[in-house]
Amino acid sequence: MIYFDNSATTQADPEVVSTYDAVSKQIWGNPSSLHKFGEQAFGLLEQSRQQIADLLGVSLSEILFTSGGTEGDNWVLKGTAIEKREFGNHLITTAVEHPAIHNSMEQLKQLGFEVTYLPVDEHGRISIDDLKAALRPTTILVSVMAVNNEIGTIQPLIEVADVLKDYPKVHYHIDAVQGIGKGISDLIFNDRVDFISFSGHKFHAPRGIGFIYARRGRRIAPLLTGGGQERNLRSGTENLPAIAAMSKALRLLLTNEQDKVQRQRAVKERILNHVKEFPLVTLFSEDNEGFAPHILCFAIRGVRGETIVHAFEEHQIYISTTSACSSKKHMVSSTLAAMNVPEGISTSAIRVSLDEHNTLEEADEFNRVFDELYDQFKKLSNETTN
Amino acid sequence: MKYSEIMVRYGELSTKGKNRKDFIRQLGKNVRQSLQEFPNLEIKAQHDRLHVTLNGESSSAVIERLSGVFGIENLSPSVKVAKDIETIKETAAAMVKEQFKTGTTFKINTRRQDHDFEFDTNQLNDMLGGYVLEHVPGIEVKMKKPDITLRVEIRLNGVYLTSEIIPGAGGLPVGTGGRAVMMLSGGIDSPVASYLAMKRGVKLDMVHFFSPPYTSEQALAKAEELTGKIATFGGNIQFIQVPFRKIQEEIKEKVPEGYLMTIQRRMMLRITAAIAESRHTKGIFTGEALGQVASQTLESMMAINDVTTLPVLRPLVSMDKEEIIRIAEKIGTYDLSILPFEDCCTIFTPPAPKTRPALDKSRNFEKLIDVDGLVKEAVEGIKIVDVKPNEKFLNQQSDVFAELL
Repeated sequence: MIYFDNSATTQADPEVVSTYDAVSKQIWGNPSSLHKFGEQAFGLLEQSRQQIADLLGVSLSEILFTSGGTEGDNWVLKGTAIEKREFGNHLITTAVEHPAIHNSMEQLKQLGFEVTYLPVDEHGRISIDDLKAALRPTTILVSVMAVNNEIGTIQPLIEVADVLKDYPKVHYHIDAVQGIGKGISDLIFNDRVDFISFSGHKFHAPRGIGFIYARRGRRIAPLLTGGGQERNLRSGTENLPAIAAMSKALRLLLTNEQDKVQRQRAVKERILNHVKEFPLVTLFSEDNEGFAPHILCFAIRGVRGETIVHAFEEHQIYISTTSACSSKKHMVSSTLAAMNVPEGISTSAIRVSLDEHNTLEEADEFNRVFDELYDQFKKLSNETTN
Repeated sequence: MKYSEIMVRYGELSTKGKNRKDFIRQLGKNVRQSLQEFPNLEIKAQHDRLHVTLNGESSSAVIERLSGVFGIENLSPSVKVAKDIETIKETAAAMVKEQFKTGTTFKINTRRQDHDFEFDTNQLNDMLGGYVLEHVPGIEVKMKKPDITLRVEIRLNGVYLTSEIIPGAGGLPVGTGGRAVMMLSGGIDSPVASYLAMKRGVKLDMVHFFSPPYTSEQALAKAEELTGKIATFGGNIQFIQVPFRKIQEEIKEKVPEGYLMTIQRRMMLRITAAIAESRHTKGIFTGEALGQVASQTLESMMAINDVTTLPVLRPLVSMDKEEIIRIAEKIGTYDLSILPFEDCCTIFTPPAPKTRPALDKSRNFEKLIDVDGLVKEAVEGIKIVDVKPNEKFLNQQSDVFAELL
């Protein structure tokens, strides 16, 4: 079996699962309880938080646990909108965000907020001039993803930071769900960012857990009110087994990060350099520092993406059409649409997404199967090859 | 850059005439104590500077620790190289390059202790300046106030190059300003007040009141852990815990509600003063800021201060909460202080404490309890722990947890 769909989810690491298991069995007190058993759970909760803060070079109180990437994105957007509604009603994001951002923005629009979607170029990247032009006195938030989940573009996060230094009151949010552990933490943890959202299951932690970074002094309203957990910003009994497991997963992820990034980049290059030689192939991801090391998106023109996914599946190779979220709904990739890729081509797009365990041998096997499938499908494609 | 030595320049103490020797000895001692986690260091406190030889220890970790020690004006990491002109040139260019930004200016400042070295200072300045100009494109020489001054010292045992100056914590070495007792609650303010007291050279003993079962073991551990944090700025601190439960219950039972807080504070101060005197210390520090809460109005301070003639010093007296929080964040006590464990100041707080207690009433109400007996009992019940820098008290299972994480 070759699993090349790591941007959809990753396999939980056995060591991480064993932490989850041990905490569930042994440290099941409620961190809010006053007795020793509760204190023990509280101790583990805060030690997990401290470990995450230390790994990322931030402070303990800047890490807040969530149920995952979608909650983090929803929280920062709506929490900012609620908190800062008296200061303005305008939010800025990009045209290529994950639906957790896009649909939250759309919901805010229905409530009377104004949203600007920054267009992207043929690489899926926003332009800083567009951002400058979009900023208004009423702008309260700029939200930009670190790594595009469909084609892997890295956005100009530092340049956005530099622009926003002249707008100190605007909240700067980065959706780093696809960006953690991919060798770009300098870009993500820049000196201007206020909020960053993360999802555990994208780095071998269990489902249903994630966290946000919230710069000290920056305020957002809570979305989940209740018992006052997470400094009264996110109520709900803490998911301690998953939190401890995620803390461990993050430590494992960031150990020898550069080596892992190199390995993923090498696997991606092996596939990219192979498929680009075929006349029916259109590449969307590139092989340079402007793209994440683990995502490769391309199309075999004239063949639907789903068909390719299922054909690879017959060879026990698991890939996806663009994003897992949209693939079952037969939706056209929003990123490719924003890049003005014609629908006839974008419906053919497929995504290979890697993790640090994938190997060059797997890439070779993929390439071998690719050759076979290409031969089969080129006869059926109604595209011309020149 | 792989540094081999850190040079520490003394602060204000150089102006203090005949006490200088004591200051240097104390600073040397404090530096040794705060660096005790690094076994390979060699520390020499000389009359003009202090030298820390790294012997392979991490320069950034040592610099971080040193920049928190009071009495240090600034420090400079230096590189030791062999007495070989080519090596000196290359190292000089590499060091300047590391700090270079567009428009940077520099000069070379050479000192020669070893007069047998083949070049004199003028020759060295010329040669090294020329080499840097050639190898760092865009840099310019400036003699007055350059951005980078690269100091080159030709000593008998090698050549030392220094260029960066990192600001120290300033202040006076802890221990040169006498000894005092600090009333440490566990909130945000008292650790900051401790820090500021230490900045002026005062060596502190911490007094902490605890009241189980009204306060938890965690509240005590938190105060101890805060003490460990504060000890990083001046070495080990004696932590004195005072049992306060009986006194609080007695006051609650016998004193009118409006004066509960005032009388409790008078008892705390009285006990602290008794401890201070028995230890021959010269004053009491508190984290009070004027107007912050009911016990911190001028009227309250007068009614509470009434019980002792020792100086009660309040470094935070005119600070805003925001200013205090900023310092707490800087010195790393904030995250600990906000842990939600109740301390004995917050229990038995009446819903409406008197913000302007009258002195005569305070004195009269106090007659309802056995003041001397209670003070004596509390002082006899104290427990003293010696807390080391960064010692951990909270989360005793942290090692067990580390296995899981």
